[in-house]
Amino acid sequence: MSIEFIHLEHIYSKGTPFEHSALENVNLNIESGKFIGLIGQTGSGKSTLIQHMNGLLKPTQGTVVIDGLDLSDKNTKIKEVRQRVGLVFQYPEHQLFEETVEKDIAFGPGNLGLKKDEINSRVKEAMDTVGIDYEEFKDKSPFELSGGQMRRVAIAGVIAMRPDVLILDEPTAGLDPRGREEILNQIKSMHSKHKMTVILVSHSMEDIAKYTDQIIVMYRGKIKLYDTPENIFKEAQLLEEIGLAVPQVTQLMRRLKKIDPLINESVFTVEAAKAEIISMVRRRKDV
Amino acid sequence: MFKDVTVGQYYPADSVIHRLDPRTKINFTFLYIISLFLITSYTGYLVAVLFLAGIILLSKVPVGYIIRGIKGLIFIIILTVLINLFVTPGTPKFQLWKLVITEEGIHLATFMALRLIFLIMGTSIMTLTTSPIALTDGIEYLLKRIPIVKAYAHELAMMMTIALRFIPTLMEETDKIMKAQKARGADFETGNLLKRAKNLIPLLVPLFIGAFRRADELAIAMEARCYRGGENRTRLKELVYHWRDTYAYMVTIAMIAMIILTRYVNIG
Repeated sequence: MSIEFIHLEHIYSKGTPFEHSALENVNLNIESGKFIGLIGQTGSGKSTLIQHMNGLLKPTQGTVVIDGLDLSDKNTKIKEVRQRVGLVFQYPEHQLFEETVEKDIAFGPGNLGLKKDEINSRVKEAMDTVGIDYEEFKDKSPFELSGGQMRRVAIAGVIAMRPDVLILDEPTAGLDPRGREEILNQIKSMHSKHKMTVILVSHSMEDIAKYTDQIIVMYRGKIKLYDTPENIFKEAQLLEEIGLAVPQVTQLMRRLKKIDPLINESVFTVEAAKAEIISMVRRRKDV
Repeated sequence: MFKDVTVGQYYPADSVIHRLDPRTKINFTFLYIISLFLITSYTGYLVAVLFLAGIILLSKVPVGYIIRGIKGLIFIIILTVLINLFVTPGTPKFQLWKLVITEEGIHLATFMALRLIFLIMGTSIMTLTTSPIALTDGIEYLLKRIPIVKAYAHELAMMMTIALRFIPTLMEETDKIMKAQKARGADFETGNLLKRAKNLIPLLVPLFIGAFRRADELAIAMEARCYRGGENRTRLKELVYHWRDTYAYMVTIAMIAMIILTRYVNIG
Protein backbone atom coordinates (compact mmCIF):
# COMPACT_ATOMS: atom_id res chain seq x y z
CA MET A 1 0.00 0.00 0.00
CA SER A 2 1.67 3.16 -1.17
CA ILE A 3 1.43 6.67 0.20
CA GLU A 4 1.97 9.62 -2.07
CA PHE A 5 2.05 13.33 -1.32
CA ILE A 6 1.98 15.81 -4.17
CA HIS A 7 2.80 19.48 -3.48
CA LEU A 8 1.38 19.16 0.00
CA GLU A 9 1.02 22.33 2.05
CA HIS A 10 -0.56 22.77 5.44
CA ILE A 11 -1.14 26.07 7.20
CA TYR A 12 -2.71 26.08 10.65
CA SER A 13 -5.30 28.75 11.55
CA LYS A 14 -5.16 30.27 8.11
CA GLY A 15 -6.35 33.85 8.04
CA THR A 16 -5.82 34.61 11.74
CA PRO A 17 -2.88 36.21 13.57
CA PHE A 18 -2.01 32.71 14.78
CA GLU A 19 -1.39 31.57 11.20
CA HIS A 20 1.44 29.10 11.10
CA SER A 21 2.80 27.17 8.16
CA ALA A 22 3.61 23.58 9.12
CA LEU A 23 4.24 21.95 5.75
CA GLU A 24 5.50 23.49 2.54
CA ASN A 25 5.53 21.83 -0.84
CA VAL A 26 6.04 18.28 0.39
CA ASN A 27 6.48 15.69 -2.34
CA LEU A 28 6.86 12.18 -1.08
CA ASN A 29 6.31 8.64 -2.26
CA ILE A 30 6.42 5.86 0.30
CA GLU A 31 6.55 2.37 -1.15
CA SER A 32 4.63 -0.54 0.25
CA GLY A 33 6.22 -2.85 2.81
CA LYS A 34 9.05 -0.58 3.96
CA PHE A 35 10.08 0.28 7.49
CA ILE A 36 10.45 4.04 7.38
CA GLY A 37 11.98 6.30 10.00
CA LEU A 38 10.78 9.88 10.28
CA ILE A 39 13.10 12.28 12.04
CA GLY A 40 13.30 16.01 12.51
CA GLN A 41 13.50 18.67 15.19
CA THR A 42 10.49 19.41 17.38
CA GLY A 43 8.15 21.54 15.29
CA SER A 44 9.56 20.42 11.95
CA GLY A 45 6.15 19.12 10.82
CA LYS A 46 6.41 15.39 11.53
CA SER A 47 3.14 15.10 13.40
CA THR A 48 1.35 17.25 10.85
CA LEU A 49 2.70 15.10 8.05
CA ILE A 50 1.56 11.79 9.54
CA GLN A 51 -1.91 13.13 10.26
CA HIS A 52 -2.36 13.67 6.55
CA MET A 53 -1.78 9.98 5.92
CA ASN A 54 -5.17 8.92 7.25
CA GLY A 55 -7.16 12.04 6.54
CA LEU A 56 -7.21 13.46 10.07
CA LEU A 57 -5.87 16.68 8.63
CA LYS A 58 -6.80 18.00 5.23
CA PRO A 59 -4.06 19.72 3.22
CA THR A 60 -4.59 23.43 2.57
CA GLN A 61 -2.97 22.78 -0.83
CA GLY A 62 -1.92 19.67 -2.70
CA THR A 63 -3.01 16.06 -2.85
CA VAL A 64 -2.68 12.94 -0.74
CA VAL A 65 -3.02 9.63 -2.56
CA ILE A 66 -3.24 6.45 -0.50
CA ASP A 67 -3.07 3.27 -2.54
CA GLY A 68 -4.48 5.02 -5.60
CA LEU A 69 -7.26 6.70 -3.59
CA ASP A 70 -7.28 10.49 -3.64
CA LEU A 71 -8.21 11.61 -0.11
CA SER A 72 -9.68 14.90 -1.29
CA ASP A 73 -12.11 12.96 -3.52
CA LYS A 74 -15.61 12.98 -2.02
CA ASN A 75 -16.18 9.33 -2.99
CA THR A 76 -13.22 8.11 -0.97
CA LYS A 77 -14.47 6.44 2.19
CA ILE A 78 -12.40 8.01 4.92
CA LYS A 79 -13.30 5.30 7.41
CA GLU A 80 -11.86 2.65 5.12
CA VAL A 81 -8.66 4.66 4.77
CA ARG A 82 -8.43 4.91 8.57
CA GLN A 83 -8.79 1.16 8.88
CA ARG A 84 -5.98 0.60 6.42
CA VAL A 85 -3.71 3.29 7.83
CA GLY A 86 -3.38 2.81 11.59
CA LEU A 87 -2.06 5.76 13.54
CA VAL A 88 -0.66 5.51 17.07
CA PHE A 89 -0.33 8.97 18.57
CA GLN A 90 2.22 10.15 21.10
CA TYR A 91 1.33 8.94 24.60
CA PRO A 92 -1.47 6.75 23.24
CA GLU A 93 -2.30 5.55 26.77
CA HIS A 94 -4.12 8.87 27.25
CA GLN A 95 -6.83 7.70 24.87
CA LEU A 96 -7.85 4.59 26.87
CA PHE A 97 -11.41 4.83 28.15
CA GLU A 98 -13.11 1.45 28.51
CA GLU A 99 -13.76 -0.55 31.66
CA THR A 100 -11.61 -3.48 30.62
CA VAL A 101 -8.53 -3.97 28.50
CA GLU A 102 -10.41 -6.32 26.19
CA LYS A 103 -13.23 -3.83 25.54
CA ASP A 104 -10.79 -1.03 24.87
CA ILE A 105 -8.84 -2.96 22.27
CA ALA A 106 -12.15 -4.09 20.73
CA PHE A 107 -13.22 -0.46 20.21
CA GLY A 108 -11.47 -0.07 16.84
CA PRO A 109 -12.53 -3.41 15.33
CA GLY A 110 -16.05 -2.78 16.68
CA ASN A 111 -16.20 0.51 14.80
CA LEU A 112 -15.39 -1.39 11.63
CA GLY A 113 -18.62 -3.33 12.11
CA LEU A 114 -16.98 -6.75 12.44
CA LYS A 115 -18.63 -9.87 13.87
CA LYS A 116 -18.14 -10.70 17.52
CA ASP A 117 -15.90 -13.74 17.12
CA GLU A 118 -13.81 -11.91 14.53
CA ILE A 119 -13.34 -9.03 16.97
CA ASN A 120 -12.46 -11.51 19.68
CA SER A 121 -9.79 -13.25 17.65
CA ARG A 122 -8.31 -9.92 16.61
CA VAL A 123 -8.15 -8.71 20.21
CA LYS A 124 -6.35 -11.90 21.21
CA GLU A 125 -3.94 -11.61 18.31
CA ALA A 126 -3.21 -7.93 18.98
CA MET A 127 -2.59 -8.55 22.68
CA ASP A 128 -0.31 -11.41 21.77
CA THR A 129 1.61 -9.17 19.36
CA VAL A 130 2.33 -6.51 21.98
CA GLY A 131 3.14 -9.09 24.65
CA ILE A 132 0.18 -8.63 26.97
CA ASP A 133 -1.22 -11.93 28.22
CA TYR A 134 -4.87 -12.28 27.18
CA GLU A 135 -6.19 -14.39 30.06
CA GLU A 136 -4.42 -12.37 32.71
CA PHE A 137 -5.25 -8.89 31.49
CA LYS A 138 -8.49 -9.05 29.52
CA ASP A 139 -10.76 -8.23 32.47
CA LYS A 140 -8.48 -5.72 34.13
CA SER A 141 -9.21 -2.02 34.02
CA PRO A 142 -6.70 -0.27 31.73
CA PHE A 143 -6.23 2.32 34.46
CA GLU A 144 -4.74 -0.11 36.97
CA LEU A 145 -1.89 -1.08 34.63
CA SER A 146 1.62 0.30 34.68
CA GLY A 147 2.59 3.00 32.17
CA GLY A 148 4.37 0.53 29.89
CA GLN A 149 1.47 -1.89 29.91
CA MET A 150 -1.00 0.90 29.18
CA ARG A 151 1.14 1.92 26.21
CA ARG A 152 1.06 -1.63 24.86
CA VAL A 153 -2.69 -1.91 25.30
CA ALA A 154 -3.15 1.36 23.43
CA ILE A 155 -0.91 0.18 20.59
CA ALA A 156 -2.82 -3.12 20.50
CA GLY A 157 -6.01 -1.07 20.05
CA VAL A 158 -4.68 0.16 16.71
CA ILE A 159 -3.06 -3.13 15.65
CA ALA A 160 -6.39 -4.92 16.19
CA MET A 161 -7.76 -3.01 13.21
CA ARG A 162 -5.21 -4.85 11.05
CA PRO A 163 -3.90 -1.85 9.16
CA ASP A 164 -1.70 -2.20 6.08
CA VAL A 165 0.27 0.83 7.19
CA LEU A 166 1.16 1.39 10.82
CA ILE A 167 2.32 4.85 11.86
CA LEU A 168 3.79 5.30 15.32
CA ASP A 169 4.54 8.73 16.76
CA GLU A 170 7.29 8.23 19.32
CA PRO A 171 5.92 4.96 20.65
CA THR A 172 8.70 4.55 23.20
CA ALA A 173 8.80 8.06 24.69
CA GLY A 174 9.10 7.84 28.47
CA LEU A 175 9.60 4.09 28.61
CA ASP A 176 12.52 2.28 30.22
CA PRO A 177 15.23 0.80 27.94
CA ARG A 178 13.84 -2.72 28.19
CA GLY A 179 10.30 -1.60 27.39
CA ARG A 180 11.56 0.38 24.40
CA GLU A 181 13.40 -2.53 22.94
CA GLU A 182 10.54 -4.97 23.48
CA ILE A 183 7.98 -2.73 21.83
CA LEU A 184 10.21 -1.94 18.86
CA ASN A 185 11.14 -5.59 18.39
CA GLN A 186 7.48 -6.54 18.41
CA ILE A 187 6.75 -3.91 15.78
CA LYS A 188 9.68 -5.09 13.68
CA SER A 189 8.55 -8.72 13.77
CA MET A 190 5.01 -7.68 12.87
CA HIS A 191 6.42 -5.71 9.96
CA SER A 192 8.31 -8.70 8.57
CA LYS A 193 5.46 -11.14 9.25
CA HIS A 194 2.61 -9.21 7.65
CA LYS A 195 4.59 -7.19 5.07
CA MET A 196 3.23 -4.14 6.80
CA THR A 197 4.46 -0.66 5.97
CA VAL A 198 5.68 0.94 9.20
CA ILE A 199 6.44 4.60 9.73
CA LEU A 200 8.27 5.30 12.96
CA VAL A 201 8.64 8.83 14.31
CA SER A 202 11.44 8.99 16.82
CA HIS A 203 14.04 11.26 18.36
CA SER A 204 16.31 8.35 19.07
CA MET A 205 18.80 8.02 16.23
CA GLU A 206 19.83 4.66 17.70
CA ASP A 207 16.32 3.24 17.30
CA ILE A 208 15.95 4.73 13.84
CA ALA A 209 19.29 3.30 12.72
CA LYS A 210 18.55 -0.10 14.14
CA TYR A 211 15.10 -0.71 12.71
CA THR A 212 14.48 1.26 9.54
CA ASP A 213 15.08 0.64 5.82
CA GLN A 214 14.70 4.25 4.86
CA ILE A 215 14.74 7.57 6.66
CA ILE A 216 12.84 10.77 6.00
CA VAL A 217 14.48 13.86 7.44
CA MET A 218 12.24 16.87 7.93
CA TYR A 219 13.32 20.43 8.49
CA ARG A 220 11.03 23.45 8.84
CA GLY A 221 8.06 21.85 7.12
CA LYS A 222 10.05 20.44 4.23
CA ILE A 223 11.54 17.07 3.35
CA LYS A 224 15.26 17.63 3.61
CA LEU A 225 16.48 14.11 2.90
CA TYR A 226 14.87 10.80 2.04
CA ASP A 227 17.31 7.94 1.74
CA THR A 228 18.75 4.80 3.32
CA PRO A 229 20.27 5.04 6.83
CA GLU A 230 23.78 4.58 5.33
CA ASN A 231 23.40 7.62 3.12
CA ILE A 232 21.57 9.73 5.69
CA PHE A 233 24.09 9.24 8.48
CA LYS A 234 26.95 10.11 6.13
CA GLU A 235 25.61 13.65 6.27
CA ALA A 236 26.62 14.15 9.89
CA GLN A 237 27.33 17.84 9.47
CA LEU A 238 24.03 18.60 7.78
CA LEU A 239 22.14 16.63 10.43
CA GLU A 240 23.80 18.60 13.20
CA GLU A 241 23.01 21.87 11.48
CA ILE A 242 19.31 21.05 11.55
CA GLY A 243 19.29 20.01 15.18
CA LEU A 244 19.71 16.27 14.72
CA ALA A 245 22.67 13.95 15.13
CA VAL A 246 24.08 10.65 13.99
CA PRO A 247 23.81 7.68 16.39
CA GLN A 248 26.29 7.77 19.26
CA VAL A 249 28.16 4.69 18.00
CA THR A 250 28.59 6.40 14.65
CA GLN A 251 30.04 9.42 16.45
CA LEU A 252 32.46 7.11 18.18
CA MET A 253 33.43 5.45 14.90
CA ARG A 254 34.05 8.83 13.32
CA ARG A 255 36.44 9.69 16.14
CA LEU A 256 38.18 6.34 15.80
CA LYS A 257 38.64 6.96 12.09
CA LYS A 258 40.94 9.85 13.01
CA ILE A 259 43.18 7.34 14.77
CA ASP A 260 42.80 4.56 12.23
CA PRO A 261 41.80 5.69 8.73
CA LEU A 262 41.07 2.11 7.67
CA ILE A 263 38.02 1.85 9.92
CA ASN A 264 34.54 1.91 8.44
CA GLU A 265 32.60 4.81 9.93
CA SER A 266 29.24 3.88 8.37
CA VAL A 267 28.24 1.86 11.40
CA PHE A 268 24.97 2.53 13.19
CA THR A 269 24.41 -0.27 15.66
CA VAL A 270 26.35 -1.43 18.68
CA GLU A 271 26.69 -4.96 17.23
CA ALA A 272 28.20 -3.73 13.97
CA ALA A 273 30.49 -1.37 15.86
CA LYS A 274 31.66 -4.23 18.04
CA ALA A 275 32.61 -6.28 15.00
CA GLU A 276 34.34 -3.32 13.41
CA ILE A 277 36.34 -2.47 16.54
CA ILE A 278 37.37 -6.10 17.08
CA SER A 279 38.67 -6.29 13.53
CA MET A 280 40.47 -2.98 14.05
CA VAL A 281 42.15 -4.24 17.21
CA ARG A 282 43.19 -7.46 15.44
CA ARG A 283 44.54 -5.54 12.49
CA ARG A 284 46.59 -3.23 14.69
CA LYS A 285 47.93 -6.15 16.72
CA ASP A 286 49.22 -7.73 13.54
CA VAL A 287 51.02 -4.57 12.53
CA MET B 1 -14.21 23.02 15.78
CA PHE B 2 -13.45 25.73 18.35
CA LYS B 3 -11.97 28.07 15.82
CA ASP B 4 -15.10 30.22 15.54
CA VAL B 5 -15.43 31.06 19.21
CA THR B 6 -13.91 34.50 19.67
CA VAL B 7 -15.70 35.55 22.87
CA GLY B 8 -13.11 35.43 25.61
CA GLN B 9 -10.20 35.12 23.17
CA TYR B 10 -7.14 37.33 23.31
CA TYR B 11 -5.86 39.08 20.19
CA PRO B 12 -2.22 40.02 20.69
CA ALA B 13 -1.28 43.41 19.26
CA ASP B 14 0.57 46.53 20.32
CA SER B 15 -1.94 49.33 20.83
CA VAL B 16 -2.95 51.97 23.35
CA ILE B 17 -5.99 49.90 24.29
CA HIS B 18 -3.83 46.84 24.90
CA ARG B 19 -1.55 48.85 27.18
CA LEU B 20 -4.35 50.27 29.31
CA ASP B 21 -4.58 49.05 32.86
CA PRO B 22 -6.92 46.04 33.03
CA ARG B 23 -8.87 47.79 35.81
CA THR B 24 -9.57 50.69 33.48
CA LYS B 25 -10.87 48.32 30.85
CA ILE B 26 -13.03 46.35 33.26
CA ASN B 27 -14.50 49.53 34.71
CA PHE B 28 -15.07 50.95 31.25
CA THR B 29 -16.86 47.80 30.11
CA PHE B 30 -18.99 47.82 33.23
CA LEU B 31 -19.95 51.47 32.78
CA TYR B 32 -20.45 50.96 29.07
CA ILE B 33 -22.94 48.15 29.72
CA ILE B 34 -24.86 50.33 32.20
CA SER B 35 -24.90 53.24 29.78
CA LEU B 36 -26.31 50.98 27.07
CA PHE B 37 -29.38 50.51 29.25
CA LEU B 38 -29.71 54.26 29.68
CA ILE B 39 -30.14 54.81 25.97
CA THR B 40 -33.64 55.75 24.94
CA SER B 41 -33.14 57.04 21.41
CA TYR B 42 -31.25 56.17 18.23
CA THR B 43 -29.09 59.23 18.81
CA GLY B 44 -27.87 57.54 21.98
CA TYR B 45 -26.85 54.50 19.96
CA LEU B 46 -25.09 56.76 17.51
CA VAL B 47 -22.98 58.09 20.39
CA ALA B 48 -22.29 54.54 21.62
CA VAL B 49 -21.33 53.30 18.17
CA LEU B 50 -19.00 56.23 17.58
CA PHE B 51 -17.16 55.62 20.82
CA LEU B 52 -16.98 51.89 20.14
CA ALA B 53 -15.71 52.46 16.59
CA GLY B 54 -13.01 54.75 17.97
CA ILE B 55 -11.90 52.13 20.48
CA ILE B 56 -11.88 49.34 17.88
CA LEU B 57 -9.83 51.55 15.56
CA LEU B 58 -7.34 52.30 18.34
CA SER B 59 -7.11 48.66 19.41
CA LYS B 60 -5.85 47.47 15.99
CA VAL B 61 -8.11 44.40 16.27
CA PRO B 62 -9.60 43.58 12.84
CA VAL B 63 -13.33 44.37 12.75
CA GLY B 64 -13.97 40.92 11.30
CA TYR B 65 -12.79 39.40 14.56
CA ILE B 66 -15.31 41.34 16.59
CA ILE B 67 -18.11 40.60 14.10
CA ARG B 68 -17.33 36.89 14.44
CA GLY B 69 -18.08 37.15 18.16
CA ILE B 70 -21.60 38.30 17.28
CA LYS B 71 -22.02 35.42 14.85
CA GLY B 72 -21.65 32.93 17.68
CA LEU B 73 -24.58 34.48 19.51
CA ILE B 74 -26.76 35.23 16.50
CA PHE B 75 -29.36 32.70 17.61
CA ILE B 76 -30.04 34.54 20.87
CA ILE B 77 -30.25 37.86 19.04
CA ILE B 78 -32.73 36.52 16.50
CA LEU B 79 -34.83 34.96 19.24
CA THR B 80 -34.95 38.23 21.17
CA VAL B 81 -35.90 40.13 18.05
CA LEU B 82 -38.70 37.69 17.16
CA ILE B 83 -40.17 37.66 20.65
CA ASN B 84 -40.13 41.44 20.89
CA LEU B 85 -41.51 41.75 17.40
CA PHE B 86 -44.56 39.62 17.98
CA VAL B 87 -45.55 40.03 21.61
CA THR B 88 -45.28 43.79 22.09
CA PRO B 89 -48.76 45.30 22.33
CA GLY B 90 -49.50 48.61 20.54
CA THR B 91 -50.65 50.00 17.22
CA PRO B 92 -50.74 47.21 14.62
CA LYS B 93 -48.61 47.79 11.55
CA PHE B 94 -48.50 44.46 9.70
CA GLN B 95 -50.45 41.29 10.14
CA LEU B 96 -49.14 37.85 9.25
CA TRP B 97 -51.93 35.33 9.73
CA LYS B 98 -52.59 35.54 13.51
CA LEU B 99 -49.36 37.29 14.32
CA VAL B 100 -49.55 41.02 14.68
CA ILE B 101 -46.50 43.21 14.35
CA THR B 102 -46.92 46.52 16.10
CA GLU B 103 -45.07 49.73 15.58
CA GLU B 104 -43.83 49.56 19.17
CA GLY B 105 -42.75 45.97 18.51
CA ILE B 106 -40.49 46.97 15.63
CA HIS B 107 -39.07 49.76 17.73
CA LEU B 108 -38.40 47.55 20.73
CA ALA B 109 -36.98 44.71 18.63
CA THR B 110 -34.45 47.02 16.95
CA PHE B 111 -33.51 48.45 20.31
CA MET B 112 -32.99 45.06 21.85
CA ALA B 113 -30.95 43.81 18.90
CA LEU B 114 -28.72 46.88 18.96
CA ARG B 115 -28.32 46.63 22.72
CA LEU B 116 -27.27 42.99 22.50
CA ILE B 117 -24.88 43.57 19.62
CA PHE B 118 -23.21 46.49 21.40
CA LEU B 119 -23.06 44.47 24.58
CA ILE B 120 -21.23 41.64 22.87
CA MET B 121 -18.94 43.98 20.95
CA GLY B 122 -18.10 45.99 24.06
CA THR B 123 -17.21 42.96 26.14
CA SER B 124 -15.33 41.20 23.36
CA ILE B 125 -13.18 44.27 22.77
CA MET B 126 -12.17 44.02 26.43
CA THR B 127 -11.25 40.33 26.29
CA LEU B 128 -9.63 40.69 22.87
CA THR B 129 -7.27 43.40 24.09
CA THR B 130 -6.53 42.10 27.60
CA SER B 131 -4.53 38.95 28.20
CA PRO B 132 -6.34 36.50 30.52
CA ILE B 133 -3.68 36.93 33.18
CA ALA B 134 -3.99 40.73 33.15
CA LEU B 135 -7.74 40.37 33.27
CA THR B 136 -7.76 38.21 36.39
CA ASP B 137 -5.18 40.53 37.95
CA GLY B 138 -7.53 43.40 37.37
CA ILE B 139 -10.47 41.45 38.75
CA GLU B 140 -8.50 40.58 41.87
CA TYR B 141 -7.68 44.23 42.53
CA LEU B 142 -11.30 45.23 42.02
CA LEU B 143 -12.70 42.41 44.15
CA LYS B 144 -10.49 43.56 47.02
CA ARG B 145 -12.56 46.73 47.13
CA ILE B 146 -15.80 44.87 47.79
CA PRO B 147 -16.54 43.98 51.43
CA ILE B 148 -17.01 40.29 52.34
CA VAL B 149 -15.88 39.15 48.86
CA LYS B 150 -12.58 40.83 49.74
CA ALA B 151 -11.47 37.88 51.89
CA TYR B 152 -11.72 35.49 48.97
CA ALA B 153 -10.45 37.84 46.24
CA HIS B 154 -7.12 36.11 45.80
CA GLU B 155 -8.56 32.59 45.80
CA LEU B 156 -11.26 33.55 43.31
CA ALA B 157 -8.74 35.23 41.04
CA MET B 158 -6.37 32.26 41.27
CA MET B 159 -9.16 29.87 40.35
CA MET B 160 -10.03 32.03 37.37
CA THR B 161 -6.40 32.27 36.28
CA ILE B 162 -6.01 28.51 36.44
CA ALA B 163 -9.29 27.90 34.63
CA LEU B 164 -8.33 30.33 31.87
CA ARG B 165 -4.84 28.92 31.69
CA PHE B 166 -6.22 25.43 31.08
CA ILE B 167 -8.81 26.26 28.44
CA PRO B 168 -6.33 26.06 25.54
CA THR B 169 -4.65 23.02 27.06
CA LEU B 170 -7.93 21.18 27.38
CA MET B 171 -8.98 22.20 23.88
CA GLU B 172 -5.73 20.86 22.53
CA GLU B 173 -6.22 17.67 24.50
CA THR B 174 -9.79 17.32 23.21
CA ASP B 175 -8.54 17.71 19.69
CA LYS B 176 -5.81 15.14 20.24
CA ILE B 177 -8.05 12.51 21.83
CA MET B 178 -10.69 13.10 19.19
CA LYS B 179 -8.14 12.45 16.47
CA ALA B 180 -6.81 9.38 18.24
CA GLN B 181 -10.30 7.91 18.52
CA LYS B 182 -11.11 8.87 14.93
CA ALA B 183 -7.99 6.98 13.91
CA ARG B 184 -9.61 3.99 15.62
CA GLY B 185 -12.72 4.46 13.52
CA ALA B 186 -14.77 6.49 16.01
CA ASP B 187 -17.51 8.64 14.54
CA PHE B 188 -18.41 11.97 16.13
CA GLU B 189 -20.34 13.49 13.27
CA THR B 190 -23.26 11.26 12.30
CA GLY B 191 -26.21 9.60 14.03
CA ASN B 192 -29.11 10.91 16.11
CA LEU B 193 -28.70 12.89 19.32
CA LEU B 194 -28.67 9.88 21.63
CA LYS B 195 -26.17 8.01 19.50
CA ARG B 196 -23.95 11.05 19.24
CA ALA B 197 -24.02 11.56 22.99
CA LYS B 198 -23.04 7.93 23.45
CA ASN B 199 -20.25 8.29 20.91
CA LEU B 200 -18.76 11.04 23.06
CA ILE B 201 -17.86 8.60 25.85
CA PRO B 202 -14.50 7.64 24.25
CA LEU B 203 -13.72 11.37 24.20
CA LEU B 204 -15.04 12.44 27.60
CA VAL B 205 -13.59 9.66 29.75
CA PRO B 206 -9.95 10.27 28.73
CA LEU B 207 -10.53 14.02 28.85
CA PHE B 208 -11.76 13.95 32.45
CA ILE B 209 -9.04 11.57 33.55
CA GLY B 210 -6.50 13.88 31.94
CA ALA B 211 -8.01 16.95 33.60
CA PHE B 212 -7.90 15.34 37.04
CA ARG B 213 -4.34 14.20 36.49
CA ARG B 214 -3.32 17.72 35.49
CA ALA B 215 -5.11 19.27 38.47
CA ASP B 216 -3.34 16.89 40.78
CA GLU B 217 0.05 17.58 39.26
CA LEU B 218 -0.52 21.33 39.34
CA ALA B 219 -1.55 21.25 43.01
CA ILE B 220 1.60 19.35 43.91
CA ALA B 221 3.78 21.65 41.82
CA MET B 222 2.25 24.71 43.53
CA GLU B 223 2.65 23.29 47.01
CA ALA B 224 6.21 22.29 46.21
CA ARG B 225 6.83 25.99 45.67
CA CYS B 226 5.20 26.84 49.00
CA TYR B 227 1.95 28.25 47.72
CA ARG B 228 -0.32 28.93 50.72
CA GLY B 229 -3.02 31.17 49.29
CA GLY B 230 -3.29 34.94 49.26
CA GLU B 231 -2.31 35.99 52.77
CA ASN B 232 0.87 38.10 52.86
CA ARG B 233 1.54 37.23 49.26
CA THR B 234 3.35 39.95 47.35
CA ARG B 235 3.22 40.44 43.60
CA LEU B 236 5.88 40.52 40.95
CA LYS B 237 3.96 43.05 38.91
CA GLU B 238 1.85 45.57 40.79
CA LEU B 239 -0.84 47.21 38.71
CA VAL B 240 -0.11 50.92 38.33
CA TYR B 241 -2.34 53.53 36.74
CA HIS B 242 -0.73 55.68 34.05
CA TRP B 243 -1.76 58.96 32.47
CA ARG B 244 -3.40 57.09 29.61
CA ASP B 245 -5.76 55.50 32.14
CA THR B 246 -6.78 58.91 33.37
CA TYR B 247 -7.57 59.93 29.81
CA ALA B 248 -9.50 56.72 29.31
CA TYR B 249 -11.61 57.42 32.40
CA MET B 250 -12.23 60.95 31.13
CA VAL B 251 -13.38 59.57 27.77
CA THR B 252 -15.64 57.09 29.56
CA ILE B 253 -17.26 59.84 31.63
CA ALA B 254 -17.68 61.97 28.52
CA MET B 255 -19.41 59.08 26.77
CA ILE B 256 -21.83 58.46 29.62
CA ALA B 257 -22.54 62.18 29.90
CA MET B 258 -23.32 62.37 26.19
CA ILE B 259 -25.55 59.31 26.36
CA ILE B 260 -27.48 60.77 29.29
CA LEU B 261 -27.74 64.02 27.37
CA THR B 262 -29.37 62.23 24.44
CA ARG B 263 -32.19 61.22 26.75
CA TYR B 264 -33.21 64.84 27.04
CA VAL B 265 -32.05 66.44 23.81
CA ASN B 266 -33.58 64.61 20.90
CA ILE B 267 -32.15 65.45 17.51
CA GLY B 268 -33.30 62.50 15.44
